Amino acid sequence: MTDNISISPVNLAPTSAEKFRARIVPLLFMVAILLVIPLFSPSRTAYSLLAAIGINIVFALSYNMLLGRGGLLSFGHAVYFGLGGYAAMHAMRAVELGESGFWSGFPIFGLPIVGFAAGALAGAIIGWPSCRRSGTPFAMISLGVAELIAAAGFMFASVFGGEEGITGDRMNGPELFGLSMGPLSDIYIFIAVWTFIGTASMYAFTRTPLGKLSEATRDNPERVQFIGFSPVRIRYMVFIFAGAFAGMAGAMAAVNYEIFTPDALSLNPSGFVLLMAYIGGIRYFPGPIVGAIVLTLMQSMLSDFTEAWLLYLGVLFISIVTFAPSGLSGVMYGSYTAVRQEGLGGSLQKVKLKLPAFTLIFLGMLVLIETSVRKSNGHGEVFEFFGLSLPFTSPITWLLIAGPIIAGVALLWKAKTDDQGDQP
Amino acid sequence: METILFSLLNGVIYGLLLFMLSSGLTLIFSMMGILNFAHASFYMLGAYFAYSFTQVTSFWLALIFAPILVGLFGAAVERWGLRKVHANGHVAELLFTFGLAYLIDEVVKIIWGKNTVDYQIPHALDFPLFELFGAQYPAYRMFILVVAVAMLAVLWYLLKRTRIGLIIQASLTHPHMVGHLGHNVPRIFMAVFGAGCALAALAGVIGGNYLTTEPSMATFMGPVVFVVVVVGGLGSLEGAFIASLLIGLMQTFAISISASFGDIFGWAGLSPTSELGSITISSLAPMLPFLMLVLILMIRPNGLMGTREV
Amino acid sequence: MTNPAIGLAALHKSFGPAHIIRGVDLDVTKGERHAIIGPNGAGKSTLFNLISGLFKPSEGMITRDGVEISGMAAHEITRLGLSRSFQVSNIFANMSVRENVRCGVLYSMGYGYSFWRNIGNLKTVQEKTAEILEKVELIDKADVPAVLLPYADQRTLEIAMTIAGGADVILLDEPTAGMSNSETERAVDLIRRATEGKTLLIVEHDMGVVFDLADRISVLVYGEIIATGKPSEIRGNPKVREAYLGDEADAH
Repeated sequence: MTDNISISPVNLAPTSAEKFRARIVPLLFMVAILLVIPLFSPSRTAYSLLAAIGINIVFALSYNMLLGRGGLLSFGHAVYFGLGGYAAMHAMRAVELGESGFWSGFPIFGLPIVGFAAGALAGAIIGWPSCRRSGTPFAMISLGVAELIAAAGFMFASVFGGEEGITGDRMNGPELFGLSMGPLSDIYIFIAVWTFIGTASMYAFTRTPLGKLSEATRDNPERVQFIGFSPVRIRYMVFIFAGAFAGMAGAMAAVNYEIFTPDALSLNPSGFVLLMAYIGGIRYFPGPIVGAIVLTLMQSMLSDFTEAWLLYLGVLFISIVTFAPSGLSGVMYGSYTAVRQEGLGGSLQKVKLKLPAFTLIFLGMLVLIETSVRKSNGHGEVFEFFGLSLPFTSPITWLLIAGPIIAGVALLWKAKTDDQGDQP
Repeated sequence: METILFSLLNGVIYGLLLFMLSSGLTLIFSMMGILNFAHASFYMLGAYFAYSFTQVTSFWLALIFAPILVGLFGAAVERWGLRKVHANGHVAELLFTFGLAYLIDEVVKIIWGKNTVDYQIPHALDFPLFELFGAQYPAYRMFILVVAVAMLAVLWYLLKRTRIGLIIQASLTHPHMVGHLGHNVPRIFMAVFGAGCALAALAGVIGGNYLTTEPSMATFMGPVVFVVVVVGGLGSLEGAFIASLLIGLMQTFAISISASFGDIFGWAGLSPTSELGSITISSLAPMLPFLMLVLILMIRPNGLMGTREV
Repeated sequence: MTNPAIGLAALHKSFGPAHIIRGVDLDVTKGERHAIIGPNGAGKSTLFNLISGLFKPSEGMITRDGVEISGMAAHEITRLGLSRSFQVSNIFANMSVRENVRCGVLYSMGYGYSFWRNIGNLKTVQEKTAEILEKVELIDKADVPAVLLPYADQRTLEIAMTIAGGADVILLDEPTAGMSNSETERAVDLIRRATEGKTLLIVEHDMGVVFDLADRISVLVYGEIIATGKPSEIRGNPKVREAYLGDEADAH
């Protein structure tokens, strides 16, 4: 090819229209949703739930900066959430005390910046030794650090407040935008604004050279050296940012709940954010958002319906890891492309065996879990399912457990042999 | 003097218990490159199975059958769960075991309840073996020692002196080659995973009544076992042995030291009543293994005797 | 006398008891196309790893334009204008072809670890990326995820990544491995065009490629260079024929 006509570089990049559609529209969509929600006059519980979702969205997105976009598995990300939250808490108290100087003039609305800074600082200090290695050693160091800091959280009561934690009052200091930060609608605005800022910033990060290099380091740290960059330095910088945004989420929580305990630093929330990100899907940017929404809903609503909600969460997680490693967002995206390519009918055809199979298996498991839990509690409670009374010892119960599971497995078997038969 | 001696004995025994747990994990990691997050969960299952066994039959049957049952369960998990996930990469495998640990925890709570169960030391072994400085030393602890040492000996013999051990050792470093030589590597993997889980279960059978048997025992023991394996050097049984004893002794001794930072650093001006000064060594004991973990990973990432980098 | 583009002096490398590189002396002049051939296990890849900074020498010195680089970190050596490819394609599998090359040009266009710029707005980066893709003829596949490329295209992308940063010393490790004859011909043509005016150090097993491209050849056997010279000299060298070429050279 000896054309001397140079190809305009703009031809390579997506067109402005495509860029707008792919990048700006989702953000506008998010703003639209955030604006519309209050129009429905949400109840107190609903507002509370929305706040939790917003906080978790920022937290999960910050985690995915490490996992999905950096290839770094951390078991101790809640440390930065916690440290950011505690910093914000102490700042809140300083504002409350009204001492002259910096803090007396600091609006509570701006506390997430404090959380951001604290998280960044913690990330800078702890990340320095952690980021020299990736993969399993990184995960193990994060586990060790998490345990250490979680233990320290209970030891230094002046900083962390011991088991009861530290409380604060958010209705202090100068009011920003006329918000007294008292009523739930004020807090909604606070959470909505910062959720958007966090999401938009983290998205913008993926479009920077450092963001792209981070993905390159995830794929191939060796090759990154040979384009002139140090993978260790890249990991370190990403780590600081991830810690910063986690700290920001922590500060949001501090303002929202007006209390912060050492539990927030522990392994439990670290595990939970891992679940949120992975179940949502680590490959796509909105994945952790999906995960945050789903898991927060499960945590608050599902726990009203069943005691064993943690078990369902575990089952969901393992199912995703085994059958759908690209997460819920991956499944949604895959379905979307499948429907676009083969139409609704064609796509349904493909899953006509698997979908009912999984549903049946899930049904059987549900009966098993619910009746077992009630038996285990020993209160004599009986599982009521669509009007049917299902005690643990009844044969009908066991029929409803074994039947669907066997049927489901049989369908899966048939689907597998069908797939194999289809292959040439 | 007596505290030192008792701490020494107890530390060694705790260390040996840790070794029983971590030997299985070391084997599994060396063979398959997976850090089995659910390893301590199999330990817990061993203890609970043994408890259920002892409700109906003797402890000795539990000692034999509980590990076998758990080992079979482990092999099934490998065959139908882990193997499927293997195609999705190392992170997915790690996360699978992470989710598995979660699941086992919840299921145990459902089957056996959320409280501690009364898994007791068998009558036959419940007597003081000897007296030292006026305090009596229970026979059961010696029993733990005996079983742990016996297990170590059997393991060593199996790996170093038998044909199957040779194949396993070869699969540790060259799984593809071993496959080409005609051995069924997936089946070896399944067997090793099952055996590793059985070893963990054995530790549970023996340790469950010595420590406590409760739903949180997996989340309690799990991280410590990881520390042992990483500090000892992934892939090295000898390293795991040394690290187990080290950590066992360190923790046991630390718990018995009630000196506070203020007592130790008083000369530097640290007051024993201040917050920092009032922290005692014994309260730090649970944190010490993790301190070691972070230090070792920073200074000597291969661990004490590791042959390969983590 | 000007400094050699790459200078190896009394270079040794051992891994524990295994003494792989046993005293290598070599001067590659600027602008030269220098091939390294030798039997498997001779240490050719180890040599590349030493020069590019993945390994540290056990003994001896490596210089680039007279400046010592032995012991420097790999990414620092790359920044000095030395770039290498890999025998097994070492690309960013989950990114598109264009994104791969774009990452490759970042440093040379002056963008370090920056997080305050939108990469889409960097004109110089876009232009250089397009230029490279055009040169290697991968421009029609710019948006294909790298992992989905056919093998020969992956090898081509590998070469594109190596030249993307504008390095003037290029190390290519068996670039035509696994290619068919026609693919090899295209690859050789590409290599010739892409390394115009640059120093090239290439490891190859395909003798056709070697004798086609190289100005000089060095023969590495058991970690030592047993002969260095023009292709015609090497072809006729009895030591080389005995150790490596056999009667293969006569065919060319």
